[in-house]
Amino acid sequence: MNYLWIALSFIILAPIEGGLLTGIDRILSARFQGRVGPPLLQPFYDVFKLLQKENTIVTRSQNFYILGFLIFIIITGVLFFCGVDILLVIFVLTLASIFLVLGGYSTHSPYSYIGSERELILMMSYEPMVLLTAIGIYMATGSFSLADIISSGTPVIAYIPGVFIGFVYIILIKFRKSPFDLSMSHHAHQEVVRGIATEFNGRALAMIEISHWYENIFLLGVVYLFFAFNPILGLFMTLVVYFLSIVVDNVSARFKWQLVFKSSWLVAVIFGIINIVVLYVLKMGWK
Amino acid sequence: MFTIGLLIVLPLVVALILLLTKGDTLRNAIVKVAASVLAVASIYLLAGNIGMEVPKKYNLDFEMINYLIILAELFLTAIICWQGVKYKKFGVVALAVAQFVFTVYIEFFLHKIHIENNLVLDNLSIIMALLIGIIGSLICVFALGYMKNYHHHKNVKDRSNYFFFILFVFLSAMFGLIFSNNLIWILFFWEITTFCSFLLIGYTRTSEAKQNAFRALFMNLIGGFAFIIAIYILHNMGIAELDKLLAINPMLIALPIALISIAGITKSAQIPFSSWLLGAMVAPTPVSALLHSSTMVKAGVYILIRLSPIMEGTLVGSVVSLLGAITFFIASCIAVSQQNVKKILAYSTIANLGLIVTCAGVGTYQAVWTAIFLTIFHAVAKSLLFLCVGTIEHGIDSLDVEDMDGLVMKMPKVAAFLLVGIAGMFIAPFGMLISKWAALETLISVNPILAIIVAFGSAVTLFFWTKWMGKIIMIIHPVELNEEFVSKDEWFTLGTLSVLTVIVCITFPWISSGMVDPYTQHIYQHTFNMDRGNILIMLGMLALIMLLPLRLLFQGKEIRHVSAYLCGSNITENSEIYQASQSFHGAAGTVKELGLNNYYLQEYFGEDKYAKVGTIIGVLLIIILLGVTFIR
Repeated sequence: MNYLWIALSFIILAPIEGGLLTGIDRILSARFQGRVGPPLLQPFYDVFKLLQKENTIVTRSQNFYILGFLIFIIITGVLFFCGVDILLVIFVLTLASIFLVLGGYSTHSPYSYIGSERELILMMSYEPMVLLTAIGIYMATGSFSLADIISSGTPVIAYIPGVFIGFVYIILIKFRKSPFDLSMSHHAHQEVVRGIATEFNGRALAMIEISHWYENIFLLGVVYLFFAFNPILGLFMTLVVYFLSIVVDNVSARFKWQLVFKSSWLVAVIFGIINIVVLYVLKMGWK
Repeated sequence: MFTIGLLIVLPLVVALILLLTKGDTLRNAIVKVAASVLAVASIYLLAGNIGMEVPKKYNLDFEMINYLIILAELFLTAIICWQGVKYKKFGVVALAVAQFVFTVYIEFFLHKIHIENNLVLDNLSIIMALLIGIIGSLICVFALGYMKNYHHHKNVKDRSNYFFFILFVFLSAMFGLIFSNNLIWILFFWEITTFCSFLLIGYTRTSEAKQNAFRALFMNLIGGFAFIIAIYILHNMGIAELDKLLAINPMLIALPIALISIAGITKSAQIPFSSWLLGAMVAPTPVSALLHSSTMVKAGVYILIRLSPIMEGTLVGSVVSLLGAITFFIASCIAVSQQNVKKILAYSTIANLGLIVTCAGVGTYQAVWTAIFLTIFHAVAKSLLFLCVGTIEHGIDSLDVEDMDGLVMKMPKVAAFLLVGIAGMFIAPFGMLISKWAALETLISVNPILAIIVAFGSAVTLFFWTKWMGKIIMIIHPVELNEEFVSKDEWFTLGTLSVLTVIVCITFPWISSGMVDPYTQHIYQHTFNMDRGNILIMLGMLALIMLLPLRLLFQGKEIRHVSAYLCGSNITENSEIYQASQSFHGAAGTVKELGLNNYYLQEYFGEDKYAKVGTIIGVLLIIILLGVTFIR
């Protein structure tokens, strides 16, 4: 019963929070650029408007993949907040992302296609660090179960600060923030137009947007994990990370995919692996 | 006992009959009947022994059999020598002769060891028997239709009777291998599989095929040679049986364990011996399917899984698992840069076997559980993939991923099966991922460094599978349907394997409790169980994925088809308005065709570079593997 409430509240609250955060993002970004910016609720207005648009498609199957994307992103979040196995959550997230990529491919449109290919490169770039995060959290708490990780009260961040830095690096990719917005971004870059989303409009585009909100809340949830021993600090840090991503978004120019790939693996090696190996050696020493 | 005998002897008899059968109709009938009998017999074997707690052992001590084996080995050695001299492959000759000399020496000149049990039946051999009996037989049935098309397409001399002869000898040898307890017997069957794959790879008799066949033979003979030395050392210690070997303190027999591991590593195509499996792709596709899924390479991991319990916590085990993990990473990386689907599949096999080897080297009960499941899931999905690819090759005359654009429109049914296979290899609720998950959890708790290598490798896997899937599911108009040429036998096999791929995912909790758990329970008095909640979540997701496509049937009526965005200069002549345009106006009034190609990232994942590094690391690790056996 408890799980049902968690699931329901995630399904209802996450898009509201996600939308609000996007609204804040847009206002802050505008201020950085010396503009006033839209009202806080603008992202919601946009999505409602998309929902009313005519449904035009290139191929019938394309929206099916987007539906899969949305559903599995929601499942990812629900599983995460229900406190199941952290690796399972990661695998479902991957599955969801694959649905999005396949949606882009199915249209046989050059811009969607290049977006999908780039999205795959991004996935390949961040995936090791995501798994390293799970490994690190296990090393720190001795459990894969998110429920146990939270209730253990372990100051996870104290054990794996390096992993945290690595995770923050790749969370920028997941947030689709510059310098990592190669596959689809809110600002249509001329060589990719709108990337994967090029051929999607109306309801499907709204679904992509809402999925993104769900995804953001889930990702901030992972940030919270590092500080879960102190809920207030945890919430504060999620906001810090989100703010940081907005700043980085506004001050950096887009990378080439080569640089994204190399730098994320390098970060995973330097911060992730070294941290984990050091922790492993220390633990062996204690035994 | 009768069933075991049937499984070993029947394929051999059938093989001989097939060798003498010239007509297609008769051959079809014989193969189908034999395949059904083998499948039923292996299921019967399971049914009669489900949940078996203590292995059944059979004495079967007849001097006759030993002489027959020596005779057969003499025959094999003679053929290898003849072929080796003919093609000037003296390395092969030397290895074969050396091995034969050792065998004869052990049999006749060393003091005789009384063999208590020549055959043994336990849960692991039942699982292997099911894989060989069901998947192997299905592949043989598929080969019936396939070989006809094959000789139609290729200019290769039709020697189908010989081809099916070797296939069935192969199955017989595999059954022999998994039921044997006498080490000499194991090695004998082991060498037959090596020899059969040599013949199958060389089937087309082109110079490339010969070259690759000899490479496979040479590398596997190295493994066989390592095996016979191990047997020699063990014989001197008074051990001639597998179960006795497993009961001994591993510290005393580190060297033999390392040597048998090397044999397993060569057979399962780990670095530095990976190249033989890649060369094997010159053979007709059913051969690849057989080598990659239920036979040959699985013999390699089978022996490693057998040894796994005595590798737990040893230096030998650590080196073996490191070698497996590095193989997993390197092979996955190379697969990214490959365009030929058979090569992609081959590298993915090597990678997944690497994962199995990693688990086998770790050797805890959870690791063994995982290794067995990886073997099962991989066998089913990989055989399906190879057979799909073989069918597609006959449809589009190409094995290039770039030629598979919009396959889902051209060959919808085969494409659907192919997608099931690919999904089975790496997507969340499907088999390989379940076991990869278990593998990660095992490795993290034992040695996070192995887990880290696997984490990087699996990120790469994601890339090459998804981009291939993307090519297949593209929707391109206009469509020319082209799959009528596929025979009923082929459809039957593809369909059955697809259903099996899904079924093993759904039933894995029962496979676990009925076969795998009793096996680990018997050895470790411990068993690994996945959390019930997680299993339910997985099954729920599986159901969801099956149901999602229904959505395609219930799409809103008010949808408008448009062409894909081509910078606003689409050419949509002579087509219905919604048919996506395939060309656009370029600069200065030219007409450009739309063409989309995948990334292969040669710069980062080039085959040459990785293969070279892999060989160097592999050789070093093999030396270290032998070296650590001297550390007390």
